[in-house]
Amino acid sequence: MLKSHLIAQLVNLLAAGLLLISFAMLSRRRTQRLILLYAWQGAILCLSTCLVAYDAGLTELYYSAALTLILKVIGLPWILHRLIERLGAQWDREPVVNIPLTMLIGLVLVIFAFGLAQPISEMATTITRNTLGIALAVILLSFLMMITRRKAVTQVIGFLAMENGLFFAATSATYGMPMVIELGIALDVLVGVFILGIFFFQIREQFDSLDLHHLEALKED
Amino acid sequence: MREITLARQLGEVALAIAIAPLFTGWIAQCRAWMQNRSAPPLLQPYRMLRKLFQKDVALATEASPLFRATPYVLFGTMVLAAAIIPSLATDLPFAQAADAIALIGLFATARVFQSLAAMDIGTAFGTMGARREMMVGFLAEPALLMVMFNAFLLYGSTALPSLVDGYAAHPALIDPSVIFAAIAFLMVLLAENARIPIDNPATHLELTMIHEAMLLEYSARHLALMEWASSLKLFNYACVGFALFFPWGIATHGVDGTGTLLLAIVALLGKLAVAGAVLALIESISAKLRLFRAPEYLAIAFLLAVLGLLVHLLLGANTHA
Repeated sequence: MLKSHLIAQLVNLLAAGLLLISFAMLSRRRTQRLILLYAWQGAILCLSTCLVAYDAGLTELYYSAALTLILKVIGLPWILHRLIERLGAQWDREPVVNIPLTMLIGLVLVIFAFGLAQPISEMATTITRNTLGIALAVILLSFLMMITRRKAVTQVIGFLAMENGLFFAATSATYGMPMVIELGIALDVLVGVFILGIFFFQIREQFDSLDLHHLEALKED
Repeated sequence: MREITLARQLGEVALAIAIAPLFTGWIAQCRAWMQNRSAPPLLQPYRMLRKLFQKDVALATEASPLFRATPYVLFGTMVLAAAIIPSLATDLPFAQAADAIALIGLFATARVFQSLAAMDIGTAFGTMGARREMMVGFLAEPALLMVMFNAFLLYGSTALPSLVDGYAAHPALIDPSVIFAAIAFLMVLLAENARIPIDNPATHLELTMIHEAMLLEYSARHLALMEWASSLKLFNYACVGFALFFPWGIATHGVDGTGTLLLAIVALLGKLAVAGAVLALIESISAKLRLFRAPEYLAIAFLLAVLGLLVHLLLGANTHA
């Protein structure tokens, strides 16, 4: 019982770290830093999954932690890093909403997410049910990042961070999804990044920049 | 009994006054090592103070009494703050007399006096420095208050000594909100003490100065007191940080004896050594921000502290109630 209590505290601590990284992502301008933060987010996710797996005695969760480690801590950050080097897109433009305001909106989102998760987490029985609110907040913050950034690469990182949030929600609320679904999602994300990588080059070829506002008009005037 | 506690209180204050310049010197030394320069001796700040105390004061002809009184006011407030902060023991008369909110008010008083004195002479740089200091101050203060509220919520009290006592009662408690509060506090500490992301303590370029610009008109013993007060301020902030986040070794309420007090002194020195090295490291790896980025930096500190509160309400409330 004591051990389980300690694990719950550690998972809470890691969840707080996840939230911290989401905010750090919102406040960063350099794309390389964002990728590093994304890798850190993956590492925290992997650790917390391992802890939950240890506490619940579920072997599948270890597999999904390993999958997280390979894909989200090593694989995707490396691919994105290479992509950015090839594209030369080290900096994002000034975001649509300035950064302090973005952070304030993020704070409101966190309050909203916590309020939303409160009744749900009361019904859950897992040791990590309190972290559902944080998982929800991470998802919403990643949404916010996708909305406020202009460059395609940063939006993709926002999308990936959102997937991290969903994964964390799944582990915290229900001890993870079935293995088949998890493998499917992992493959989807990987293929998605490949396809988006090809899109980056296409977008740049068409418009000479990765700024997505060029895509908003249907015709060239 | 009363005499003993009073003597301890005086001893604590005397120690704070004595080792504050040492702490500043230690940071400068660590910084020099990390930047591959040959370091100034550890006692350099004391030599500087001695030199300044021996010189004659040069005063501007327009200087008002406020300008002359400010160094003493500043030094006095910082000494009082050092008496309030439980750096060695919690069972002291001054530490019980004022809570953390009063402490923040004390820091604000010092800031107001310093800014007024900087504007007093009417030089452009002094006025500019005072304005910038007020801007940084009004942004940093709410963040600091929020950090304090985090700790207040955790232990249910606004007095720093009872926070330390509360920590001693549940030493194994890991509350996630503490990480947020600690990072926010570090950011505020750097901003309030004119350290690198906001201001450069070693700058000689007037246009980028904040803190130094306010001292430009001071000389001799006035300058010495101002410098001493600012190193005391850094020392005080470090001690507030220790009391909030690392209160190991501080002699708690009811625990008596010379042994614990000696242990507390050793613990304090050790923590200061580590903190100095960490501060020097942060200053070495980060670049000074443009002044217009300062609001963003402090807004982030404020938000982190508020997030800490929220996380505490969501997670902490269930875990240790």
